[in-house]
Amino acid sequence: MISLNVNGKSYKIDVSDDVPLLWVLRDYLKLTGAKFGCGIGECGACTVHINGKAERSCTIPVGKAQGKKITTIEGLPENHPVKRAWIEEQVVQCGYCQPGIMMQVASLLSESRNPNPEKIIGAMDDVICRCGTHPRIKKGIRKAVQLMRKEGN
Amino acid sequence: MNPTISRRSFLKITGLTIGVSLTPFGYNVMNSSAQKEGAFKPNAWFEITPDNLVTVTVPGSEMGQGIRTALPMMVADELEADWKKVRILQAPAADPFKNPLMGAQVTVASAATRGFYEPLRKAGAAGRVMLVKAAAQTWKVPEEECTAFNGTVKHKKSNRSLTYGKLCQKAATLELPKDPPLKQESEFRYMGKSMPRVDIPEKVAGKAVFGLDVNVPDMLYAVLARPPAYGAKPLSFDQNAAEKIKGVRKVAPSPNGIAVCAESLDAAWKGREALQVKWDRGSHPDMNNDFVEKNLIESLDKPGAVATNVGDVKKALGEAAKKLEATYYVPAVAHTTMEPMNCTAHVQNDRCDVWVPTQAQTGTQMVASQLSGLPPAKVHVHTTLLGCGLGRRGSQGRDYVIDAVAASKAVGKPVKVVWSREEDIKNGFLRAAYGQRISAGLDTQGQVTAWSHKVACTSISKFANPAAIKNGIDIYCLWGIYDLPTNPQLSHTVYEFPNFYVEQVLSDLPIPVCPWRSVTNAQNAFVVESFMDELAHAAGKDPLEFRMHLLGNRMRVRRVLQTVAEKAGWGKPVPKGKGRGIAQHSCFGGFLAYVADVSVNEKDGTIKVDRIVAAVDIGPVVNPNPVLAQVEGGIIEGVSTTLKEQVEFANGGVKSANFDDYKILRMSEIPEIEIHLVKSNEKIGGIGEPGVPPTAPAIANAVFNATGARIRRLPLTPEIVLAAIRSK
Repeated sequence: MISLNVNGKSYKIDVSDDVPLLWVLRDYLKLTGAKFGCGIGECGACTVHINGKAERSCTIPVGKAQGKKITTIEGLPENHPVKRAWIEEQVVQCGYCQPGIMMQVASLLSESRNPNPEKIIGAMDDVICRCGTHPRIKKGIRKAVQLMRKEGN
Repeated sequence: MNPTISRRSFLKITGLTIGVSLTPFGYNVMNSSAQKEGAFKPNAWFEITPDNLVTVTVPGSEMGQGIRTALPMMVADELEADWKKVRILQAPAADPFKNPLMGAQVTVASAATRGFYEPLRKAGAAGRVMLVKAAAQTWKVPEEECTAFNGTVKHKKSNRSLTYGKLCQKAATLELPKDPPLKQESEFRYMGKSMPRVDIPEKVAGKAVFGLDVNVPDMLYAVLARPPAYGAKPLSFDQNAAEKIKGVRKVAPSPNGIAVCAESLDAAWKGREALQVKWDRGSHPDMNNDFVEKNLIESLDKPGAVATNVGDVKKALGEAAKKLEATYYVPAVAHTTMEPMNCTAHVQNDRCDVWVPTQAQTGTQMVASQLSGLPPAKVHVHTTLLGCGLGRRGSQGRDYVIDAVAASKAVGKPVKVVWSREEDIKNGFLRAAYGQRISAGLDTQGQVTAWSHKVACTSISKFANPAAIKNGIDIYCLWGIYDLPTNPQLSHTVYEFPNFYVEQVLSDLPIPVCPWRSVTNAQNAFVVESFMDELAHAAGKDPLEFRMHLLGNRMRVRRVLQTVAEKAGWGKPVPKGKGRGIAQHSCFGGFLAYVADVSVNEKDGTIKVDRIVAAVDIGPVVNPNPVLAQVEGGIIEGVSTTLKEQVEFANGGVKSANFDDYKILRMSEIPEIEIHLVKSNEKIGGIGEPGVPPTAPAIANAVFNATGARIRRLPLTPEIVLAAIRSK
């Protein structure tokens, strides 16, 4: 039995501890927001927060995620500045990679409320979008920073 | 707007339903309200119900281009509907949902918006006329005194109004107007304004359902062991070992390999591992990168089939004051849609359900029908959202449907087949590699007198539409070089030469190819527009002026070139180490021209694309913001394939495996992008694909401008750039 804490809820799951966290979230907990893109931690589509930090759930065995606080895109509040910025700036195209990208951005902004361009590029170089939404991802980040500043959170 | 994939909603006949159906001569708009439940045919385009909702059925696939928004916008605008009351339904696979331009239910060829532009507007306008008439009859006033506005009909004189919900049932009994008037552009309420895409909120919430997110009760998972080399057959495998893995239900041979069906994906993967399949070496065991390139370049010396022969090229080349010849090579690239291929199917005695992210409902239904043995009408295709399409999920993309239907048939349960990224790259269809050679002649004035073009590639029609290959010519491989003037789908060969010859050699390489965002326009545009640059320099002319001279009265092309030149500062000096290049390409009714600015590091051969300025004419623009997004995406994919992408081959198969060795563009490599939509009242064009083709030649021409080195091979990797600089 594996015990997981996901989006503030506790789960007990009958699954082998070497199964990647991604597939436990998707197929056992039916939280399909985190996506499968590469399986080797190269693309970031599977990004979730583990204890507040962006991690690639496709390469983390579920056993190693026990006792930690896991947040998926579904658990990021609806009024989170990144979610609102993504809608306002119409960042999304196909949208498959975007949950992972938004989780990457949310983690970046929780570390630094106003990251400089180098920091942004450094973090966003770790994720892949095939549709080419990159210019809008940049706009979305700027918008989220503005929203956070305006609301002082 | 909650799309549903259930068919049940079609069965309620409660309001005004306007349908459009495809005929051999075009399309018909009809009043479908009165059809009885049992006899109902799902030809509804939209339905207005007493709850004031307008439900629009979207026939095509949403892959980020925004058709779940753009198509309903056309209906809502002409209908004078309240946008807040518009809902959408995803259409099932059925004849009435065929795209009038394509004759099939497909979302390809950048044809969704342009294909439905007129029919949907007409349908909306017909609805508006009927609702106005229903109101006039209710109030016993002349129709001319009534106006439709934002979901209600008003009678100003008596200050009365009725909502569409109240009027729809009466309107449903009226005859369809013969030729309902369309709005003037000045009257548009939604079209031409950037409307937020209806699919974005659920995608941002993480709740959107892509193919891989489908969950059917009692579903099993399947993965396939697939051949590592083209044509390879299994010599042996350990079925027992696989079936001993906990959770594995069945090992079943499948048309595309050996399927392992299991209770979880993890068990399926472990079962596949345990199979320990030994494969033979396949049909071309020695095939590697050099083998592919050599095959295509050497094919240029073999006799081919003649696609067109105007004038006397040989004579004109002999008489030319200057003759230029160049050979180009474009390698194969992979689609790598972020959502790997997948499909869920449930084959039962009397029906087959397929849940699939597909661009091709008709093709999906056909192949599932063949494999399940059920008639097409019993195959229910549920189109999910697509984690990108790029052509991989088009008509050729039936492999994953075959996988799922075969697996479900084998185990008698619903089965979801999941491809890993490695399978996606190694076992997928690719963008075709090309070898091309052009000889051209210039007269003493620097005019092009002859253009002789030879093309070697594998056939793109071979898998889905072999009948398209005629007398050794696969016209779909020649887009942008030569088009049959009779085919409305194709691009526009824009330059006219007095002597013009195109020859094609279809290679027997075993690499399966299919359209890759712009079909074959991108490969061909790279060659044509690079060589055009070579000719301009040989003629001692400015590349823009040189093109303008050849364009005659092709006004739309001239205008985008002129616009992009002005906006990008064409003709102004660029700093040392930097270069500026121009290129144009038109396809799918979109006319585009780009100027690229690059920085080249001549020491290490690296290129940075600093900026791309684009001018775009697609005629009327329904939803501008997603149009800009399509061009941005086209440019970025264009830069990615120009600088980085190349599928590696080894041992008769694909060596590239995942994003660690098949690299695509990342954030730090993204150029500044500036897009200018050219206002135009010309025919509406497509924009899903045309953004890609002008990118590569604009960049390569800019590299020439910066370094004096002409690079005739993609991708422009540091090694290739350094070699070209050294050999200039």
